[in-house]
Amino acid sequence: MSDLHQTPLYDLHLELGGKMVPFAGYSMPVQYPMGVMKEHLHTRSHAGLFDVSHMGQVIVSGASWEAVATAFETLVPMDVLGLADGRQRYGLFTNDVGGIEDDLMFARRGNDLFVVVNAACKGADIARMKAALEPDVTVTPIDDRALVALQGPGAEAALATLDPKAADMRFMDFGALSLDGIEVWASRSGYTGEDGYEISVADKDAETLVRRLLAIEGVEPIGLGARDSLRLEAGLCLYGNDVDAQTNPVEASLNWAIQKIRRAGGAREGGYPGAQTVQAAFEDGVARKRVGLSPQGRAPMREGTQLYDAEEGGRLVGHVTSGSFGPSIGMPVAMGYVGAEYAGVDTALWGEVRGKRLPVNVAKLPFVAANFKR
Amino acid sequence: MMKFTEEHEWLRVEGDEIVVGITIHAAEQLGDVVFVELPSEGTVVSKDDEVVVIESVKAASDILAPIDGEITEVNSTLTDTPGMVNDDPQGEAWFFKMKASDPSQMEEFMDEAGYQKFIG
Repeated sequence: MSDLHQTPLYDLHLELGGKMVPFAGYSMPVQYPMGVMKEHLHTRSHAGLFDVSHMGQVIVSGASWEAVATAFETLVPMDVLGLADGRQRYGLFTNDVGGIEDDLMFARRGNDLFVVVNAACKGADIARMKAALEPDVTVTPIDDRALVALQGPGAEAALATLDPKAADMRFMDFGALSLDGIEVWASRSGYTGEDGYEISVADKDAETLVRRLLAIEGVEPIGLGARDSLRLEAGLCLYGNDVDAQTNPVEASLNWAIQKIRRAGGAREGGYPGAQTVQAAFEDGVARKRVGLSPQGRAPMREGTQLYDAEEGGRLVGHVTSGSFGPSIGMPVAMGYVGAEYAGVDTALWGEVRGKRLPVNVAKLPFVAANFKR
Repeated sequence: MMKFTEEHEWLRVEGDEIVVGITIHAAEQLGDVVFVELPSEGTVVSKDDEVVVIESVKAASDILAPIDGEITEVNSTLTDTPGMVNDDPQGEAWFFKMKASDPSQMEEFMDEAGYQKFIG
């Protein structure tokens, strides 16, 4: 355990009774005494506070916004140049075969990009950005800031008690707030399907800020266990499970994340790793698609569960990539990949659980409607 | 009197049957139980056979047969209300009753004081 990193909130997690587990090289709270189920439900009904300081924060800067955005567009199939100041967007680093190396959030901060990447990928992501972008633009990993997420219908009211400007932000806005005198960078976004914020704060201020937030009525600390069930109900991908280096964005049903201007016929089409493969996937379709899956019984279908088109015999048509119990809907929920001909909503399939084929239907994502403030 | 196994199960003799469940400690470790799959009554089991599947939000676990014997009754209430396992693991939320083929297999198990020491 001694080689695990700790976030600036580690001591507070212990004080709050967090059950610490190794996650992407960090010791992180999987749950607090409330437990995964209640933490999940609390986030959907009130507000949950998550430590996500293990994620990578990076600033990409250069001579001008055009220089930064144009350079970054060589790594992602997103419209970066068209991003207005103070706005955030979801992105994907692709590889030469159009697979997804990581998913990320990027926000425009004046002429800079503020990039948040997955903990498990951050070393590779920083190396990728430096190799591809420097020396024209500068890639600066931020090692002295924590990241916390405040999520749920009570998030706005809670954060607005510390800075009323928080209430003026809309979904995917990004900007500076002064939370009771603590300067932070906040985005109105998250990973739960709920309204909320992700807040980048200097390490030295992190514990003070989190204690102030937790002192607000209705705000409770939430662990990574509930973070996972919340994002799964919200239909959001977990990198490494639901998307990976062998999965292209069209297979991953992430077409919406690639703006028209970067697609075939767009003003800045292609120009990112694997563009040919991704464009072909748009034009010719794909053999498999990521779909939502609703097990019809009570048994959760976990990652790796194989999916068949018949209760006996039949064909292997796909597999589950994330599966759990959905506390808000009171039923098991899952995501996975199936052959494109099986991807229609309500297609009846069977998942093999402990040697038995159990019914599971292809389902519309998300399982729980998003509650964003647009 | 309850006996306890290193697999965090408890056993209680009730007439010529043995009632089996999981300990408070095990229930706390599992977290919120969302699914329980019980064996069929009449199943003949050997010690360490996987007889019950129990799933929390996070993961699946197996409950093993603590001794050789035959399953005589299962607590089917758990199928519809798996959360009982968290609410009352050493009481209402027993999993199954069994008849032991060799009751002497019970002798190796711990008493409550021994179990408390085992879990530290």
